[in-house]
Amino acid sequence: MIAAPLPETAGSEVQPEGGFVVELQSFSGPLDLLLTLVRDEQVDIYDIPVARIAEQFLKAIKGLAIDEAADYLEMAARLVRIKAQMLLPRGDGEEGWEDPRAELVRRLLEYQQMREVADVLERHGEERRNRFARAFIPQLAPPPAGPLALSLHELLAAVDRVLRITREPTIHDVVPRALDVDGAIEAVRRVLQLRERLLWQEVLPPGAEPWQVLSLLLALLELARRGEVRLAQETPFDNVEISRDEAVETA
Amino acid sequence: MTKLSKLLEAALFASARPIPTDELKALVPDASRAELASALDELREHYDVDGHGVELVDAGGGWQILTRPEYTEAIERAQLASRPQRLSAASLETLAIIAYRQPIGRAEVEEIRGVSVGSMLKTLNDRGLIDVVGRAEGLGRPLLYGTTELFLEHFALRHLSELPRADELAVALRNEPRAS
Repeated sequence: MIAAPLPETAGSEVQPEGGFVVELQSFSGPLDLLLTLVRDEQVDIYDIPVARIAEQFLKAIKGLAIDEAADYLEMAARLVRIKAQMLLPRGDGEEGWEDPRAELVRRLLEYQQMREVADVLERHGEERRNRFARAFIPQLAPPPAGPLALSLHELLAAVDRVLRITREPTIHDVVPRALDVDGAIEAVRRVLQLRERLLWQEVLPPGAEPWQVLSLLLALLELARRGEVRLAQETPFDNVEISRDEAVETA
Repeated sequence: MTKLSKLLEAALFASARPIPTDELKALVPDASRAELASALDELREHYDVDGHGVELVDAGGGWQILTRPEYTEAIERAQLASRPQRLSAASLETLAIIAYRQPIGRAEVEEIRGVSVGSMLKTLNDRGLIDVVGRAEGLGRPLLYGTTELFLEHFALRHLSELPRADELAVALRNEPRAS
């Protein structure tokens, strides 16, 4: 069922045997295709020659890609099944025999009816489409900007600016600076050996670099995760109080 | 024109949407229904007889002043306004089914159209032509869809009943296929 090479665009290729060429994109679904086949073959919708129509149907959907064919394949399977059922022998005037096409006919008629309503809607819609209401909001893209008003002097100044920028490119040096989380963990541990509780600021050297602050933050989070310390902050952005986690110590 | 007609004209000019007769009545509480109707008639005649580029139309669930179709092309060519996109055949089919069978769930629409309509319903919903009107009983309590006011406006219908009744359609449904 999985087609290795991608099939050509839906059913649009010319068939060498000069058969029925269908542009599947112009159909809104398998029932639409089926109805068209029934019309083109000029057969009675109540007495569809299923074998012939099924063959036409399969031919029409042959070029369809798998992902867009699901709905059509389902209908194809249904047709083939009905075709098989039609072939079963039945006695004349057999009681309780139900035409296997009955359900299909019902669906086709129902669909045809809706198509008729769709046509009515289309006519109405077209009529309304040709009238604008006052508060119509155009769905157009914003109009293109007017022609540029630019003097030669301004143009040259702009060129000069661009050239100057490209002549002296600003090169930023990006230096990787490793965080020292382990060091910060040791520092906190050392202080906590001496004191039961301390404040966040007290571990940081005055004028600490961002990397030091970050290292400490990560160190504290890591220690808290391991259950070595307890962190407390009374209000957001308040100083962080660090204390030994007694529970771990006694354990 | 009478004062009442002028007032109605001003109100219709100011409104972005069609105004139902009931809402027009709120403008002039002491006017009777008959007075309102004759004022609307007068306004319509004023546009039709004196020859204006706009006309008074009763569609889309209310009254509206619309441009006459013969000027549409010129207006569009000058990019002053553009017509909305035409709906695809598939959209029209889906809308037709919903208009006739509402409230209706996705599965039933798919049953009639023979294709999956999930994304189609979303598109129509996004465009405001249909809306979720409830949930069905039963497994998964599927969403039920119905048409909107905008649907009426888009198709210039006063009411859903303006669509042909099922028995007026050329293809009448029969319960039993003809015996062969």
